[in-house]
Amino acid sequence: MIARYLPPLLSGTLFGGGLALGGMTNPARVRGFLDIFGNWDPTLAFVMGGAVIVMAIAWRIQARLAHPLFAPKFALPTRTDLTPKLIGGSALFGIGWGVAGLCPGPAVAALVIEPASAATFVAAMIAGMGIVRLIEKD
Amino acid sequence: MMLPGFPDAAPLAGLGGGILIGLAAALMLLGAGRIAGVSGIASRALGISDSGMSKSSAWMFIIGLPLGAFIVAVWSGGLDAKFAGTGALIAAGLLVGIGTRLGSGCTSGHGVCGVSRLSQRSVVATVTFMAAGIATVAIMNAMGLEVLQ
Repeated sequence: MIARYLPPLLSGTLFGGGLALGGMTNPARVRGFLDIFGNWDPTLAFVMGGAVIVMAIAWRIQARLAHPLFAPKFALPTRTDLTPKLIGGSALFGIGWGVAGLCPGPAVAALVIEPASAATFVAAMIAGMGIVRLIEKD
Repeated sequence: MMLPGFPDAAPLAGLGGGILIGLAAALMLLGAGRIAGVSGIASRALGISDSGMSKSSAWMFIIGLPLGAFIVAVWSGGLDAKFAGTGALIAAGLLVGIGTRLGSGCTSGHGVCGVSRLSQRSVVATVTFMAAGIATVAIMNAMGLEVLQ
């Protein structure tokens, strides 16, 4: 029970703590990063850089492991095809990210920082995810 | 520490936060054998996606996000945050929800986990959402649209 639930809970907690520490739960900072033609705030580049460096090392370790530490096998994405759906979806996501300065992780983490605003965004985000699910089912 | 030329930037806090995010994603990869992609895990927790980790694991990860932010907020004596108004939040939330499902990921799954793996799909997705975000902010600023309250 503990061995099963503790790793994802610990991962989520570290993730949320990292987002908050890095200032990503503040949409003004995220929009400041995207504002490269105005008053640019490079903080997000440091967040992304720190995370990517640690994960680049993790991928080297992963390549040497036969299976994960707490699971029987790795379940990782294998697709390599570039599709209009991937690019169009990412573009829509980027527009939304630019409008409010929120992406999924910081929005969920910010539920304890600015509950009403974060909940409004998260509810709309869930609705958007549900819409795609409904369309793709047909 | 201040970054010369950028008095508002917080490079050390940013780097520290990024390392924590990297460790979180590394724990998910090396411990559970999965990608720490928030949009995918959130839709898994809600039953919008059928594939991925168990629903209970997905909920544990999602509950951890505000828990971690809460710990940092208490430890640092409160966090600054300036959010958009309701209309902008709803429009942006819809776009982010639709876009991340169609695009199979967001800043965490593509931007951190995929880019560090040099996944072709993730690099293209990350360049695309970064460019779209930059263009959106630039256009909104040019139009004089101030959404943050």
